[in-house]
Amino acid sequence: MSALLSRLLQFLLTVWAATVVVFALMQVLPGNAAQVAAGLQATPEDVARIEAEFGLDRPLPVQYLDWVGGMLRGDFGTSYVTHVPISPLIADSVQVTLILVLASMAVALLIAVPVGSTAALLRGRAAGAVLSGLSQVGVAVPNFLAAILLVMVFSLGLGWFPSSGWQAPIEGFGGFLSHLVLPVLALALVQAAILTRYVRSAVLEVLREDYLRTARAKGRTAAGALAVHGLRNAAIPVITVAGVQLATLLVGAVVIEQVFVLPGIGSELIRAVQNRDLLTVQGIVMVLVLMVLVLNLVIDLLYTVLDPRVRSRS
Amino acid sequence: MSAPRSAVEALPDPVAPAAPGPASPTASRRSRRADLTLVTGAVLVGLVVVLALVSFVWTPYDYAAPDPAARLQGVSAAHPFGTDRYGRDTLTWIMMGARITLLVGLIAVVIALVVGVPLGVLAGMTRIRWLSGLVMRGSDVLLAFPALLLAIVFSAVFGPGTVPAMCALGIAAIPAFARVARSGTLQIMSREFIAAARTANRSPWAIAVTHVLPNIGGLVVVQASVAFALSVLAEAGLSFLGLGTQPPTPSWGRMLQESQQYLGTAPELAIFPGVFIAVAVLGFNLLGDGLRDRLDPTLRGRE
Repeated sequence: MSALLSRLLQFLLTVWAATVVVFALMQVLPGNAAQVAAGLQATPEDVARIEAEFGLDRPLPVQYLDWVGGMLRGDFGTSYVTHVPISPLIADSVQVTLILVLASMAVALLIAVPVGSTAALLRGRAAGAVLSGLSQVGVAVPNFLAAILLVMVFSLGLGWFPSSGWQAPIEGFGGFLSHLVLPVLALALVQAAILTRYVRSAVLEVLREDYLRTARAKGRTAAGALAVHGLRNAAIPVITVAGVQLATLLVGAVVIEQVFVLPGIGSELIRAVQNRDLLTVQGIVMVLVLMVLVLNLVIDLLYTVLDPRVRSRS
Repeated sequence: MSAPRSAVEALPDPVAPAAPGPASPTASRRSRRADLTLVTGAVLVGLVVVLALVSFVWTPYDYAAPDPAARLQGVSAAHPFGTDRYGRDTLTWIMMGARITLLVGLIAVVIALVVGVPLGVLAGMTRIRWLSGLVMRGSDVLLAFPALLLAIVFSAVFGPGTVPAMCALGIAAIPAFARVARSGTLQIMSREFIAAARTANRSPWAIAVTHVLPNIGGLVVVQASVAFALSVLAEAGLSFLGLGTQPPTPSWGRMLQESQQYLGTAPELAIFPGVFIAVAVLGFNLLGDGLRDRLDPTLRGRE
């Protein structure tokens, strides 16, 4: 129980530290935000007016507290550049990104678990080596390269799926799915290559356990013993890695959304960076970092639930 | 080691060779496979290094000079990798791009190593609990910023460019080095020769330099190779987004981005830079794996 409390406290401290880091980074170039928002031909009076309008002339600690206080109420402020409130923008775009990321992780696991288990069972044989080699190559392929290759083959070549764009599920589920296939595959294939390596090593670990030897001695095949007794135990490290990799996918989605012109949080982030819309960048980065931290927390808690050994030790 | 502090630390290492068991191949077979991995990695990395070095003395064409007569030519004897929309030779651009790829990776790794390793050794050696706690919590905070995200933030604040990219990727890689150095140091500190050195009244500084650093050197080299691969990937992604290396400096990520308009007509514009990014990443990954297997005896005790 005290372990849980200290983990939660650690989470809150890390989130707080992250808000300080994000806020401080944006203040490195002083006066920048108002200067940029005012435009190139702005007179010093224009800049001063914008600073006053958005409260940028206040002391930094006040601005920081204002920003954090707003976020606690779900208000990320109003962009100095586009004069649009930031919260609705984040709320809309994050849905697209979450769909993309979660679907990709599901597909990646559907590929990685059977392939990784097979690679472990075939260890020392040519087929196992080929699977391991393929996953090694897959890890080295950037997701945007995978995206481009997929577009070349399945969109421009075969014409099966659209090469870009997004359709909300309510506008037609078929269109929603067909727009989702290539971006999800681009993220999932590379992810599957990474996960395959973990599944393989987790299954190898389990295959050496005494209870599997017992099961085999009682007449089960290696695959059968694994399916009945082993996979549950092998799942613990794999779930942990999958959780950690969700953070990687989140950042990968930023790039993939650009390739496929999807209205996700990554596209909003890049647009804000290009406009030098620092307050929007600040809000989106904070949301992404928070998602990473929450994921880590959930994985740690899940890990304790899944693995009784850890529970008894801590 | 006591109970894992967080889930990530308790993970099995996917690339570490499995502990010897009834089913494991013999030691000689394993070391032969490690050598193959090492050699393959070294060859791939060597290829990229050679391309970059040769580009300083010779390239097939001038990378900056457009040739309107030779726009979007496919693969030919004159242009083995084809030409881009301005008629610039793709092979020349690949060679020039290798420079930026290696430069960004190198500087990022040096930043992460120079900052991360001393912090990790400090956290591992100090008996002041809050000090090691501070280092590790600090690295937790930094870990919440994935490399590419930090690089995007840097490009928003400082403007896009190679230098902000190198710094961001280096800073993002610090926690990994600090953790590796700390866990290696903790392991060394429990050994008898450290107790002997302490009894002999050697200063902590002397112990760190003469005993700890040489013993964790292997771990750090492996980590450097892995971090290099990650930096190459992140730099390519950043340039692909248009937030990394800016024109006219050639970079592979940017070449891929610009190829997108011509996917239907000139796929080679995407394929060649794509293949070289993958070759560089694969090379550094394999190099890291191979070195790890080579250094196996020292790593084994980590568990």
